[in-house]
Formats: sequence, structure tokens, C-alpha cells
Amino acid sequence: MNDRLAGIKQEILNGIDQHAGSRAAAFELRKQFLDSKTGKIGQLMKEMKSIAPEERAGFGKNINELKEWAQQRFSELDEKLKARELERRYESEKIDVTMPAQKAETGNLHPITQMRNQLIDVFAGMGFEIYEGTEIENDYYNFTALNTPKDHPARDMQDTFYLSPEFLLRTQTSAGQIHVMESKKPPIKILAPGKVFRSDDDATHSPMFFQMEGLVVDKKITLCDLKGMLDVFVRKIYGEDTTTRLRPSYFPFTEPSVEVDVSCFECGGKGCKLCKGTGWIELLGAGIVNKKVLENCGIDSEEYSGLAFGIGIDRTAMFKYGINNIKLLFESDLRVLRQINDN
Amino acid sequence: MLVPLSWLKEYVEIDIAPQELEKKLFSCGFEVEELTEVGKEINKVVVGLVEECEPIPETHLHVCKVNAGAHGTFQICCGADNVKAGGKFPVALVGATVYMTAKDHKTVEGTMTIKKGKLRGYESEGMLCSGVELGVSENMYPGAGYNGLLALPEDSEIGADVKPLLGLDDWIFDISITANRPDCQSILGIAREVAAVLDKDLKQPSMEYTETEAEKEGFSVTVDAPDLCPRYIGHYVYDVKIGESPLWMRRRLALAGQDAISNIVDITNYVLLEMGQPMHAFDCDYLEGNAINVRRAGEAEKLVTLDSQEYTLNTNNLVICDGVKPVALAGVMGGLNSEIRDTTTEVMFESAKFMRDNIRKTSRALGKRTDASARYEKGVDEYTTVQAMKRALHLIEELGCGKVSRTHVDVNTGNSVEPREMKVSVKKVNDVLGIDVPEKEILRIMANLKFAPVISGDELTLQVPPYREDMDSYPDVAEEVIRMYGYDHVIPAFMPDAKVTMGGLNQKQKKELKLKRALCSEGAYECIHYSFFSPSDLDLLRLPQDAPERNAIRILNPINEELSLMRTTLAASMLNAVSRNQKKGNLQGRLFEVGSIFIPKELPLKDYPDERDTLCIGIFGEKESFFTLKGLAEKVAETLFVDFTYEPVKKPFLHPYQGAAIFCEGEEIGYLGKAAYEVSESLDLRNDAYLLEIDLKALETKYDRKASFTPLPKFPEESRDLALVMDKKVTCGQVEELMKKSCSRIRSIKLFDVYEGEQIPEDKRSMAFTIDFVPGEEAFEQDSVERFVKKILKNLKNQLDIDLRS
Repeated sequence: MNDRLAGIKQEILNGIDQHAGSRAAAFELRKQFLDSKTGKIGQLMKEMKSIAPEERAGFGKNINELKEWAQQRFSELDEKLKARELERRYESEKIDVTMPAQKAETGNLHPITQMRNQLIDVFAGMGFEIYEGTEIENDYYNFTALNTPKDHPARDMQDTFYLSPEFLLRTQTSAGQIHVMESKKPPIKILAPGKVFRSDDDATHSPMFFQMEGLVVDKKITLCDLKGMLDVFVRKIYGEDTTTRLRPSYFPFTEPSVEVDVSCFECGGKGCKLCKGTGWIELLGAGIVNKKVLENCGIDSEEYSGLAFGIGIDRTAMFKYGINNIKLLFESDLRVLRQINDN
Repeated sequence: MLVPLSWLKEYVEIDIAPQELEKKLFSCGFEVEELTEVGKEINKVVVGLVEECEPIPETHLHVCKVNAGAHGTFQICCGADNVKAGGKFPVALVGATVYMTAKDHKTVEGTMTIKKGKLRGYESEGMLCSGVELGVSENMYPGAGYNGLLALPEDSEIGADVKPLLGLDDWIFDISITANRPDCQSILGIAREVAAVLDKDLKQPSMEYTETEAEKEGFSVTVDAPDLCPRYIGHYVYDVKIGESPLWMRRRLALAGQDAISNIVDITNYVLLEMGQPMHAFDCDYLEGNAINVRRAGEAEKLVTLDSQEYTLNTNNLVICDGVKPVALAGVMGGLNSEIRDTTTEVMFESAKFMRDNIRKTSRALGKRTDASARYEKGVDEYTTVQAMKRALHLIEELGCGKVSRTHVDVNTGNSVEPREMKVSVKKVNDVLGIDVPEKEILRIMANLKFAPVISGDELTLQVPPYREDMDSYPDVAEEVIRMYGYDHVIPAFMPDAKVTMGGLNQKQKKELKLKRALCSEGAYECIHYSFFSPSDLDLLRLPQDAPERNAIRILNPINEELSLMRTTLAASMLNAVSRNQKKGNLQGRLFEVGSIFIPKELPLKDYPDERDTLCIGIFGEKESFFTLKGLAEKVAETLFVDFTYEPVKKPFLHPYQGAAIFCEGEEIGYLGKAAYEVSESLDLRNDAYLLEIDLKALETKYDRKASFTPLPKFPEESRDLALVMDKKVTCGQVEELMKKSCSRIRSIKLFDVYEGEQIPEDKRSMAFTIDFVPGEEAFEQDSVERFVKKILKNLKNQLDIDLRS
């Protein structure tokens, strides 16, 4: 009897050696021995009856041991095969991870919009509201109310597109100043970003470009406030170490008027190609609002004073992103638009 | 404006380097656009004495021994005809740079560096130079115009640098003058500023002259248009001898960019440059009627100017006439008929103030800009008008080219040319600046600027020089003080007295930015196009003649026809952008623009037009279709929190069967569709384009819906799939709309299949929908959904003849 048990044991070991190719074959093999009805070990149990009662206990124990042993072997085999199968599956799913990613393309805001948003963020934090005027303006708002009457030589600074004797394409966002001051009482802090137009079309000029006007009207606004505000602004946009320099200039709607230079953000002021060796880059025009302009808007110039500045958004963006040609901004070439991602 | 340093030094002592002066001018408001040394290209050229000079046989050349002092003695071959032993000439040493000339020895063709060479077997170590080779003309140095060597004076120091000798060590400042400082459009004007900034005295040019007893009998000046000519001064000069001006004058004119012509004309140009006052000289022989009359031109009156151009004038133009006819276009250019000739013996000098705006208009209208008109356009003050005449008469005497008569006619409107008093508060001046400038400094600065300041308490009293017409009130004084005191004294502050204000974007601005960001997340790139477009763009869109888009605002003075109309649609710019991209090889992409279109109320424009914020999307490439574009439209609706519905539409630039109008709350607010093939063809598109335009301004009143929460259903939802068969003409939209109307419990309807083919009749189409029903306050009863479906099917059958697919 015990020989038979040893025979089955050997049979199982042989079977595992020979049939262990797949989990399915192993399962079939297991069934041959361990199926409760048809398995060879089960069959042995049935033979219990024919065995002398005094041997039964020993025999039963032996069979149970064999069964446990077989179960152990088959489960080991299954583990091994499972691991092998998984390994094969993994191998079959091998990919080249350096191949391109699949993703939906995300677009970008226009570089000018990106720059505009950054500028707005800085000034919004200082309490500025955003005013968007119209692109078509009345001569009065674009010039006359800004202390630039008809045939004033300052009009030479800007070649204007006229639509009728009275209406024109605004040449400066400063036009927004007047609308705001006519409709609001101080304190006023506004930013007026937008398209402006001048009859200029060459390598460095576009007939349409972007400006942003800033205006503060309140009590005791001085040149020191202008300098202080612009210092904060340039530090936020160009970095903590940036400084500004004021120098005299002329705009009809400010008195005094200044040109504001910023220390070169490329070389830090040592002098480089970008700043043409001067260490400074012309940033914007600004000044103390001309009291005639305040008076034109019905604001008491004895009580209130103001500061104003005008910055070129596209110019600032071109400097920041190193875009060398203004025309590129309006050609909608995807190869350009895809590059500037400073949203 | 060109300002030679040597000329400037005539009026003010300058003891700093030109570069240092440039910085000083910059900091007080005068930007030097360019600072150039006159002889910047000339180096290592010294005075050389030709000690020996032997002809080289069978050539025009000479071999010379040239003594260059401390630099040594060199053998130099020379081809000039005036080379001779004992002569002193400029010698360019080996390594020197000079101008290179063409074969005519006159035309400059760049610069060259002198090297050791061999000519006809003779060593040559250097070059003897002509005036042209050193960039010196006859007007800068006598004899420099000779086509040969430039002969130097016998007493020239051998071996010395020739640059100071020839005036090549001079500097030219090209200064830009801001529009508020017309008084600085002259050498003297700049000298005044330099004197102030350097704390130096200003030396006025001499204006002395003596009138003779001679008179021009019966001569009269009348001004019929005092509003355009508040001052006209005429002075009669006789015994005129036309000739060349002296070298010093020719040299200064040349350095300032003005050709020398003849002494009388040169005097007018010299005074213009020196003092900023345009002047004119008439030949009295050609003035008829012994009179000058200043009047508006007659309608269609003609005048031929000095440059032989004929102009047809009108009453907006001011002319100077003699007793009979126009002889000059006031403030712009003299007439050909009375110009100074070699034979001129009597001259009427004119110094006048013409009104800035009128000269500007005339100059613009006729397209004629001259040095004179450029000055008048910015403004000339009467004080200078008076001074300039004195200066010109002094120069007549100094040059000895005529006699100054006692016929001096000054027609004026009584404007003062004396300093005017101005009183300002010192505190107000400081309040503009935000700092307290010491009184002592204010006094020093204003005195330097010739305002004769006096401070008493808070009151600053100034005597404003008559040429400072820009000075009006305390902010002007503040500017004068700070530009001289220095902007580096301004201390940064941050509006300590200002009220706190709330900043940031308003609702509309936030929505617009959100919309742009949403489109970016859908892979679209924002573009910005010009606000103007071309009439041909309207043709590109195949718009009929009566299309509203053709009613566009025209720019009166466009750069060109392509940029002459204000956009009435963004579609054309977008289509052009798609085309440009495809031509550059970008065959797939999504673009959008948010911009204004301009709808006039009437033309020509008498009121602000309607500027409507508009969204335009253009997509192209193999992956795109009508429905991917519609997906973007839905994204817009979702972002702005509105609902869109769609109806088929025909537009001349859209595919006749792939175009839809977009509605929001019953209002048509835009369209989308595939670009018509005619459009794609005219743009050479390789991949079809799909186009959308939405009127964002119309949506502004609709998107203020508040975000709010609807409680989740308490009871389970149910859904049913319905496959329907209908006539091909019935649209999906119609079916969905009818279903929604038929049952209030429908939460959503989704189309999941469309079928046309053998299994159903030929003129029919099948659509399959999933309908979700949501319960109300109570759970659905056993058969309620069946009842809903029944009702829906009944309505579909009755109204659209739709059957359930069997």
C-alpha cells in the first residue's frame, strides 16, 4: 500500500516536471490527483473499506499526508506558473518609453495678453481698476482735452489716422484719462490698456500697437509718488534689483513730464547690446497731470493733483520675451504663438 | 538739430569733455541722439615737410622725402601735381586711416588704412593727402577743395596732428528738441541751457550796427492778416555786393549741415541756425510797387518757389506780396521771382513772426517742409524776431557786403517783447515735486535760466524771458527747478495721503479672460489682428453689395488700401491667418481672436460708432470638423454660463449645408460653419477651415446668471433608449426640442447613433437617443416613465411623423 502512495508521489513529481508548461495544464494535472471524486488520491480513500481496521488509521494518516503534500506542491507550482505568466505578459507589453507622449494641445494667450495680464496684476494690487475705452475716439478726447489743441506741434509726435474731421483712431490710451475723470470723482486709480494707432509702418513700427495708461488723481500726489510707484512696478516685473531713473521730457498733458528708464535687466546696468551700452532701457513716459487737463475735466486743481504714465505693452513684451520684430505679434504664426507660454 | 561744439563755444565757456556735456544735456532734458567727432575717421595724420621731391621717370609720380618730425622721415611716392620740395602737407603715416576716394579723387568710397607699399619699384611709407581724403571741404579750410594735395601754412609745426589745424577735432551734437522748447531750436538757445547747467555766463552775439542816412523813399509794409502775422519787420539794405561768405561762416554753416550759397543768403541761414529765427532777403529790383503786403492768398492763386516748384494756393495760405504779386510763401519758402542773384544790389530783409498753426497747416497741405517752416511750426517768439533782424544787420556790416539804411519798418500788434512778471508759491512748486528744494537752489537755478528770481516769504517772483512762452504756472517752474536740481533728488514715496481704492478686473473683464483661458485649454491660440482690413477682404467673404458688413468706416488717410477699412467682421482676418499658417506649413491648428468690430450709426462718422467685442475662432486640419468647432461653441456657452441653440443658416462664405446660426435666449448672436470652397480656393487652403463668430457684447446682458446649487434628486433616475425613424429633412434639434416640450421630467437627451441605409426606407433616417428622466418630489410610479415615453412618441408622430424603429 505504502508503495502505491510512494508511486503516486513519484507520479506527481514527474507530472509537475513534464506538464508544468501552463496554469491550465497544471490545473488538469492537479485534477488527476486531487479532484475529490475522480482524483487518484480520492480513489485511494475509497479503498479504505477494504483495509484491515487496525491499519486504517495509519493508512488514512498517510493518505492525508500525501494529499497535503500534493496540495502544497500544486500550489507552489501554480505560484511559479502565475509569476511566469505575469512576467510573459509584462514582456509582451514592453514599450519604448522615449516615444512621444499623447496629449491634447493646450493653447496660449497672445504674448501681448500675457504681458497685459502681468502688468494688470501688479497695478490691481495697488488698487487700480481697469478701464477699456474705445478704439475710435473723438478728437477732443484724444488731443484737445489733453492740452493738445489742433495744430499744436505736439501732434507732430503722432501721425493720426482720421475717420472724419472729428473722429480718429486713438493715438494714445491717454484718451481714456479724460473719460474717467469726467465720470468719476477722485480718488481715481485706473489703468487703461488697449490698442492704439499711428500712421507708421516700417521695420520697427506697426500701425497698431498696445499701450497702457495709468492715472492716479488724489490729494497731494507728487513726483515722489510717481517714482515710488514705478519702483515697485519694475521690481515686480523685472526683479528685485531693478531701479528706475527719471529724466525730463515733454508731453502736453503732464507737467513736469519725465521719461522713465529702467536699469537694464539683461546686464544689470553694466552695459550690453540690449541697452546699447548705456545700462538703461527706456521704459515709459510719465509725469504730473497738467493742471489744465484736470480743469478740462472739472477737477479742482487746487485740491487735487495727479500722476499719469503710459507704457508700451508690446514693447515690454518684446523686451521680456526677446521677440525681435513687432510684426510677428500680428501675423498669428502658430510657430510663434506656441513659443510664448508665460500665462 | 546739429550743434557744432566750436560754434557753441562762441557763446559759452565749455571746460568739460563733449561726452560729459552730452550727459549734462541729457539730464536737463536734451537728448543727444548722436555725438560725432568731425574727423572721427581720420587718425595718425600729421604735418609733413617735403624735403626732397624727384620725378619718377615716365610717370606723373614723384618720390619724396617727407619729414614728419618726431615720427621720423619717410620716402613717399605721390601723384599730386602740386607736390613740391619745401611744401608742408598732411601726411598719413603707416597705420593711419583716411577716406578712400574714387578715381575722380573727389567721391568718397569709405575709409582705408595706410600700409607700406611699392610704386614703380619705389618704397612708399605713407601718403600725402588731399582735402577730400581728410574729409575737409573748401568751406572748412581754404585750399581744401583743390584736386591735389592740401597745402598747409608755412608756419605749421612739423609732426603735429593735423586735426586741430583743420578743425577735425570739433564735435557735432545732434540734439532732439521737445515740442515745448521752440526757443532751443538754435545754437544760441542750446548755449543758454548749457550756460545754465554749467553755471557759466552767456556771451550774447553782437547786434550792433549803424544806420546810414539813406532811405528807401515811399517804401511801405502793410499786414492784412495780423492774426497770422503779428509782427513783420523789414529793413532795407543797399550797396550790396554779392560774393562768398568768409571762411568762419561757411565753416559753421557746413558743420551744421547747411550749404554756403552767397553772403546775403548765408546771413539769413546763419541767423536761422544761430537764433532760430527764419529770415528772408528779397531782391528789391524785383519788388514791384515799392511795397510789402502780407495777406492771405487768393483762391487758386499761384506761386513759384525758389526751388522752381509751382503751387496753387488758397485762402488758408499766407503770402508775402510786393505791390502787385506774391513774392514768397510766408514762413515756408521765398518766391523764385525775387530771389537773390549775383547781380543783386538792394535787398529787403525780412524777420517776421508767423503763427505756428497756420504755417503748419500750409506746410502739411502743400507737402513742403523747409528749415524755416520747421521752426515756425514749433513756434517763434517775437523777441527773437526783433533780435534776429539786429543780428542780421550786424552781420551785413561785419561782412562788409552792404550798407544798412535807416528804412526800418516794424508792423506789429503791440505784443511785448519784454520779460513778463510771474509770481508763484514756493510751497506749490515743492508740492508738485514732493521734496523741499532749498530756497538757495531755487534762486540759483532760476537765475542761471535768466528768470531774475526773488523770494519773499512763500512768494517767488520771476521775470520770464520773452522767449520762454512755455512758462505758464507753478508746475512749469517745478519742472525747471527739478531738471536743473536733478531728478535723483526725487525720493520714492507711495501716496501716503491717498485714499485706499479697490482695484482689479470688473465682471466683464474677468469673463473675457476666463473665456480666453477656456479656449486655450481646448488647444486654441489667441491671435491679435489689425483693427482695419481691406475692401478686398469683403470680396473674399463673397458678401453681396448690400451686405451690412460692407457699411464699414473708412480711414481718410490710410497707409494703403489694404488697411483702409475698420473691421465689420473678424472672419476675414482669421481666414487670412489660417491661410498664412498653411503656407508656412502649419497644416493643423486652432486660433481665436477677441476684438472689436465697428458698426457706424451713420457715415461719414458724426458720433461714436458701436464697438462690439466679438469672438472669432478659426480651426483647420484633418482632425477638425463642423462638430469639433461646435464643441468649441459649447465650451464658450459653458464658460459664459449661457445656453446656445443652433439652426441651419446660409452665409456667402460658409458651406451651404454646414453652417449654423447660433442663438442665445432667442437672439441670434453668431454663426459657425465650414468655410465655403470658393473661399478656401481663393486662399489656397490645403486643409478646410471652420469658422465661428460670436457677438460677445450681445452676451454681456445674458451671462450675469449666478452660480447656484440644485439639490441632488432624492429618488433614482431612469433612462430609456429610443431608436426613431424620420424623414431626412427632420433635424436632430427639432426632435430634441419636441421631446423636451413633451415631458418636463427630462433631464438630458443624448444622440448616440445615426443610421441611413438598407434597413429603412430610402428617404428616411434613423436616430437613437438616450433620455434621462429625473423624478420630482416623489419617486416615479411603476408606469410613469412608460407614460412619458408614450406621450413623447405620440407627439413625435403627430408633429414630425416620426416612428419608433421596429
